[in-house]
Amino acid sequence: MSTVVDATGPAILIEGLHKSFGDLRVLCGVDLEVADHEVICLIGASGSGKSTLLRCVNLIEPIDAGRIVVEGDEITAPGVDVNAIRRRIGIVFQSFNLFPHMSVLRNITLAPTKVVGTSASQADEEARELLDRFGLADKAEEYPDRLSGGQQQRVAIMRALAMRPDIMLLDEVTSALDPELVAEVLDVIRELAAAGMTMLIATHEMGFARDIATRVCFLDDGVIAEQGPPERIFGDPQEERTRQFLARIVAAGRM
Amino acid sequence: MAQGSGGTPNLHTPLGTAGADPRAPVPPRGSRRSRILGGGEAGSRSVWIAVASTVVFFGAVAVLIVNSPGWLEIKRTFFNERVFAESFPKIVRQFGTNVLIFMVAEVFVLIVALFFAVLRSLPGPVFAPLRILAIAYTDVFRGIPTILVISLLGFGMPALRLQGLPKSEVFWAIVALVLVYSAYVTEVYRAGIESVHPSQTAAARSLGLSRMQSMRHVVLPQAVRRVIPPLLNDFIGLQKDSALVAFLGVVEGLQTANIISASEFNYTPFVSLALVYLVITIPQTRFVDWLIERDRRRRQGGSVV
Repeated sequence: MSTVVDATGPAILIEGLHKSFGDLRVLCGVDLEVADHEVICLIGASGSGKSTLLRCVNLIEPIDAGRIVVEGDEITAPGVDVNAIRRRIGIVFQSFNLFPHMSVLRNITLAPTKVVGTSASQADEEARELLDRFGLADKAEEYPDRLSGGQQQRVAIMRALAMRPDIMLLDEVTSALDPELVAEVLDVIRELAAAGMTMLIATHEMGFARDIATRVCFLDDGVIAEQGPPERIFGDPQEERTRQFLARIVAAGRM
Repeated sequence: MAQGSGGTPNLHTPLGTAGADPRAPVPPRGSRRSRILGGGEAGSRSVWIAVASTVVFFGAVAVLIVNSPGWLEIKRTFFNERVFAESFPKIVRQFGTNVLIFMVAEVFVLIVALFFAVLRSLPGPVFAPLRILAIAYTDVFRGIPTILVISLLGFGMPALRLQGLPKSEVFWAIVALVLVYSAYVTEVYRAGIESVHPSQTAAARSLGLSRMQSMRHVVLPQAVRRVIPPLLNDFIGLQKDSALVAFLGVVEGLQTANIISASEFNYTPFVSLALVYLVITIPQTRFVDWLIERDRRRRQGGSVV
């Protein structure tokens, strides 16, 4: 895993980010700075813009206003090489989105061979190392629909890791999983955090966020309403709306 | 016509066991058989009813036809054994031209249609002219009768007498069929491309694959697999339309039947040609049905690759 430590500034810098879908204003001026090796958990109600924020950082959604700077390069500037940017930023989706017509191994090696130009044999070797490391070595030749949801999501994480990204964006990666499969995916993310991966994680798993985050950001009404270390956000939130949100989570038995 | 005689003994074979012990569980059968038998439990009783009603129905139709006032005349002009024996080998031989035409056309249809389908699914305002081009193409060639396109190209292009332009009618007939059928198959491909969920493209693009790489490695392989049955259906149509080449004077199956028919004052050669077509199209039709049925079972059965 390459961890870039240089003088180019923060890993991610987001300034005044606005994004609407038609009349629906999803993000209305988000400012966020993420340092190298930070693990940031985005919490907030459904529709608060967590996913949209991640998709903007990966340039899946074009932004309306503001700017996003990744390791000193403004990725929202006109004329940037979108594909080159995306190589440095891995994203994992709620619904896995593995390629169903390819084996697990091919899912992982596709981008390295086609985008980076890694040789097939080397990409295979690296993919098998990843599979080995995350306990799926015996599934290399299987097709995705033969795997459990948890296994599929772990493969999706490996697929992103195979591009050796500097930053990982995780978009509610456990929301589509049966409860008993959540832990295996969270363990993978914990290992990545321990290895120093810079991560931006949208999640509903408050216990996990409290555990793993160096900082928690509460999104509400399209802005970051409150942010801080997990102990403070969960133990002593300053904002009234943060308190209300957490009260609802507690009432729902999710924390 | 082969249905009545060929079907009956087939229906017997698997039933010997079930008939011996009526309480024995009926093993699962090919769904087509049970559909022909009228569905439900394929017990020996329903088989006998199916056989009996089939014999009675087709027997009645045969009796009606054979006793019609003009039957002898029809028999002489359409089902003449001597003319059949003479014409059938000749027609089969000339049918080779049809085979050549539709085989070559099919290869090019696959390529040309894919090209237009990809053009049509390019997103963004920059590609509007290409999308419009693709839409205009499919609209025009799906809107003109195939026989007109064949005539226009087959008579028109050689008449231009342009240097280097092929004069062969077969060549222009193939071009015409490719143009017409690519328009249909473009739509088939496009339906397939659109059936692949956008999240697949998003996943591919997020890994750094370019738009074309996502299309090539992620979208198209899934799309093509889904459209194989409708694609084969269009190919069967194309194979039948290869007979239209006769209008350019090319001596292929239909033209040969025409010539023999005119010299013998007899329509039997057309029946011979019809048989040739049935022999090549029916297996394909059955194959397509089997593919569709298999896909349906897979979707219902869930996770079988």
